[in-house]
Amino acid sequence: MKPTLRRREVVRSLLKDRKNLLVIAGLGSTAWDITAAGDADLSFPLWGAMGQAAMIGLGLALAQPRRRVLVITGDGEMLMGIGALATIGVQQPKNLTVAVIDNERYGETGMQETHTAHGVDLAAVAKGCGFRNSKVIRKMESLHSIVHKLPGPNFLQIKVSAEKLPLVLPPQDGVALQERFRAALLADVLAEKR
Amino acid sequence: MWPDQVHRELAAAGVRLVGYVPDAGHKRLIELCQADKAMRAVVLSTEEEGIGLAAGAWLGGQKSALLMQSSGVGNVINVLGTLKVCRFPLVMVITMRGEAGEFNSWQVPMGQASAAVMQAMGVEVRRAERAEDVAPLVKLALQKDTAQAVLVAQRVIGIKSFQEQSDQ
Repeated sequence: MKPTLRRREVVRSLLKDRKNLLVIAGLGSTAWDITAAGDADLSFPLWGAMGQAAMIGLGLALAQPRRRVLVITGDGEMLMGIGALATIGVQQPKNLTVAVIDNERYGETGMQETHTAHGVDLAAVAKGCGFRNSKVIRKMESLHSIVHKLPGPNFLQIKVSAEKLPLVLPPQDGVALQERFRAALLADVLAEKR
Repeated sequence: MWPDQVHRELAAAGVRLVGYVPDAGHKRLIELCQADKAMRAVVLSTEEEGIGLAAGAWLGGQKSALLMQSSGVGNVINVLGTLKVCRFPLVMVITMRGEAGEFNSWQVPMGQASAAVMQAMGVEVRRAERAEDVAPLVKLALQKDTAQAVLVAQRVIGIKSFQEQSDQ
């Protein structure tokens, strides 16, 4: 069964009405996807650190337990740091959702097949690691309440078609990216306390 | 004891999140962090995860620390680049293997290379040769806003054999 979902539409839908959602995107296609949906101060797109997107999400979720955190990453990126699923399973952050945009390919390097093209079931791995909710998504549906309300940790493996899309690049200056994120988040948190 | 002193420095600096991959030399410090209600000790499946954890914690406004053994240095090399490019602060406390007193020759190559590898990736490295030097070096590292490593010499740990390690 060939996936029919289109990654940019899925990511746009995940980020719809995001309000104060905190977003981490793995390097490559998912960083371009979140930028195509609209760059924002509370988005942190990665240009490196392959395998660490979910862990950055965990650190953020533990530091800000009252905010919702969404990690959007690719299947290849998730596979490289698959142990993070076990680490997240131990910590049980209620405010974290990890969404894997699974095109079964390494998109930046020539569309070579990843393990998920050969049946590796990331959603089952997440379940086995203790994620409270884990599911495979094949049809367009609203994921808003999962991302914003459902107690996690939540895992979404979203099967999308393998397509090459125009690059939409986020800013690349790492210091500027972390400073804008902290400035926006910490100002928000201070304002909430007042 | 140096682990108690280091724990006090971490607490005083407001560190709430401590990632670790267990090491016999870190046993006491890990227990202190686990017992501290103001801290969250996060067991990692590989040291590399500690770098991501620290980056996320900093984005969320928190300082963190990473406890590991020198063999773990090899597992973090690529992601140390992220600490540098994004200027994420992190204090790593690293217990050394492969030095005087080592009983396992397989620990020697990474232990010998640890300081050079981290310096090559832009980490500031300081080394405690004596137990009383560890906490002051950690305190200094906590004042910086970049990636910092404090190496604890193997002779400070003082484990000489597999039997002693398993008896700990």
